[in-house]
Amino acid sequence: MTTDSPINSSPLLQVRDLRTSFNTSEGKIAAVNGVSFDVHHGETLGLVGESGCGKSVSALSIMRLVPNPPGVIESGEILFEGVDLLKISDKEMQSVRGAGIGMIFQEPMSSLNPVLTIGRQITEPLGVHLGLKGSAAENRAAELLELVGIADSKRRLGDHPHQLSGGQRQRVMIAIALSCEPKLLIADEATTALDVTIQAQILELMKNLTAQLGTALMIITHNLGIIARYADRLNVMYAGKIRESGNAEQVYLRPSHPYTVGLLNSVPRLDRPATERLDPIEGDIPDPANLPSGCAFTPRCRWATAECELSEPVLEQVEDRQMVACFESKAVSDSVGIALQ
Amino acid sequence: MTNKSDLSEQSAPAGTGVSGSTPLLSVRDLKVHFPLKRGFIVQREVARVRAVDGVSFDIMPGETLGLVGESGSGKTTSAKAVIQLTKPESGSVKFEGQELVGLGTKAMRPVRRKMGMVFQDPYGSLNPRMRAGDIVGEPLKVHGLADSKEDYRKQVASLMSTVGLSPAMAERYPNEFSGGQRQRLGVARAIAARPSLLILDESVSALDVSIQAQILNLLQDLQEQYNLAYLFIAHDLSVVRHISHRVAVMYLGKIVETADSKDLYERPLHPYTRALLSAIPTPNPIIERSRERIVLRGDLPSPLDLPSGCGFSTRCPIATDRCSESSPELRTLAPNQQAACFLAEGVS
Repeated sequence: MTTDSPINSSPLLQVRDLRTSFNTSEGKIAAVNGVSFDVHHGETLGLVGESGCGKSVSALSIMRLVPNPPGVIESGEILFEGVDLLKISDKEMQSVRGAGIGMIFQEPMSSLNPVLTIGRQITEPLGVHLGLKGSAAENRAAELLELVGIADSKRRLGDHPHQLSGGQRQRVMIAIALSCEPKLLIADEATTALDVTIQAQILELMKNLTAQLGTALMIITHNLGIIARYADRLNVMYAGKIRESGNAEQVYLRPSHPYTVGLLNSVPRLDRPATERLDPIEGDIPDPANLPSGCAFTPRCRWATAECELSEPVLEQVEDRQMVACFESKAVSDSVGIALQ
Repeated sequence: MTNKSDLSEQSAPAGTGVSGSTPLLSVRDLKVHFPLKRGFIVQREVARVRAVDGVSFDIMPGETLGLVGESGSGKTTSAKAVIQLTKPESGSVKFEGQELVGLGTKAMRPVRRKMGMVFQDPYGSLNPRMRAGDIVGEPLKVHGLADSKEDYRKQVASLMSTVGLSPAMAERYPNEFSGGQRQRLGVARAIAARPSLLILDESVSALDVSIQAQILNLLQDLQEQYNLAYLFIAHDLSVVRHISHRVAVMYLGKIVETADSKDLYERPLHPYTRALLSAIPTPNPIIERSRERIVLRGDLPSPLDLPSGCGFSTRCPIATDRCSESSPELRTLAPNQQAACFLAEGVS
């Protein structure tokens, strides 16, 4: 998975064979089970999959925010600007968070401290990472609020989170995440809880700001439409592994993994006739404590053969930049190609 | 309500294969207001939230009406007022010709048998201490629809297989089911008493996409099989388009546009509908990258402090002075299509 970036040849972030597991009463669960991918300078990468596929745990692992116990990062490398984040001290990691990598979570209400003013929460990272204090920090905080589209920013600094609407809280989260101009911004289902018109506002804002600042963006979502609109490349995850990755055009127009095909056929789409019957993936998402042998998608897969139960396919290149972990990828992409015409 | 005659005109859904011409459910000028009271001993009403403010619609037998809108638009309150879980301030709800507003709890019981409801949260809406079979079979007991224990067991088994669950699972508890299976249980319970109308309040919103598609297909099959009518409430417009024959768009307690599904999506007339549609990204990068998006300014106004005139005027990209002075009524602008906007002609 070493693809050259159009902007800069050495990737900003390289994740190599990351394994993160959780110890539960039902035994050890491998939430992320050997994931490797790159994020290049200034690009937007999408991480898509259903609940429990490991997309959020991948992001938390990068930030070293996996709750321990029960979570453990078992092995792997997370190289950020060439430095392995899994090898540095907690204190060094502290300076990567915020200054190097910013993160926005789904729940703006629970990510903000309800008893502190907005101003206090924006100036805190400015003091820690940039050494800005007093009125300098306050002016910068007001600028940041202005940047994320909150009017009357000076006065707003004195507000508490409950005085803001859901969309405004998420704007404040973006202001905090971008306050120290990180090189990478991770948005984990950042707009999922918002209404569609507010979702559109926040996504456009995030895209415009990261483009303006040259920040790379990693969008984690289950919404295939959001990825199609904003991501340059995407990784499709299922049961702790990346099953397909590639440029957005490649993956959407010529999906080669049965799971990707199933996802795309499951969503009602405004670009297809309304009368078309949905073609869902059969069965349920497997229990992570009890994954099927071989390829974890086998029990739900239409293309599965005897081989799929015995051994696990690894990611292989099928096209320039498109990688798929499936023995039958050729048959899959051929059949979809016909369906699309 | 001046648009009463317009609404009866619109109530013949075109090309939906719907039988009969009398509506199964007929809602007229429905209003649900929540007073906000202050005071310790003597409570005074200090403000009033107009959660639903003059909503009218019809649902024909076997038809799906999609009700869309953002949070706080009054979709769920409308549904609750239809089934009389919330008492409306005024208006009329006629179901199979019978007026429901003002009916007592006892008189409502036989009506509720014919109206099933499926909720959003498949985790919160099933009693964790009841076996799956008893959850599904409870309406049969309540309404006395099973002749014997044997008949009850048979009906439960058949309901479970109708929704794609193995009858052998009847002995299990809800925590042994996945989210999708729980929602199937919820559907089985809702159809147990053979209703003619199902109210589906964000019933697929919490599900993963692959599971959501399974439930949507199940709902379409059930509709065909039993000629069920659906009041389908959702915020996801692509899901609503997929399942609905007709769609009503709500904003701040009012219906701002209603039309046959096809027309609404092909030719939205209200600027709010247009903005909503433009906010949904389609899973196709080529379409998405070339598509212009209408990004609305600001947030939904507070329900306690509604703007004067048209409720949407504060966020509307084409609003004029007139829009903040008076409030537009729903007008018929095309066959089977109504919008509440002074400027709707200019929109298309």
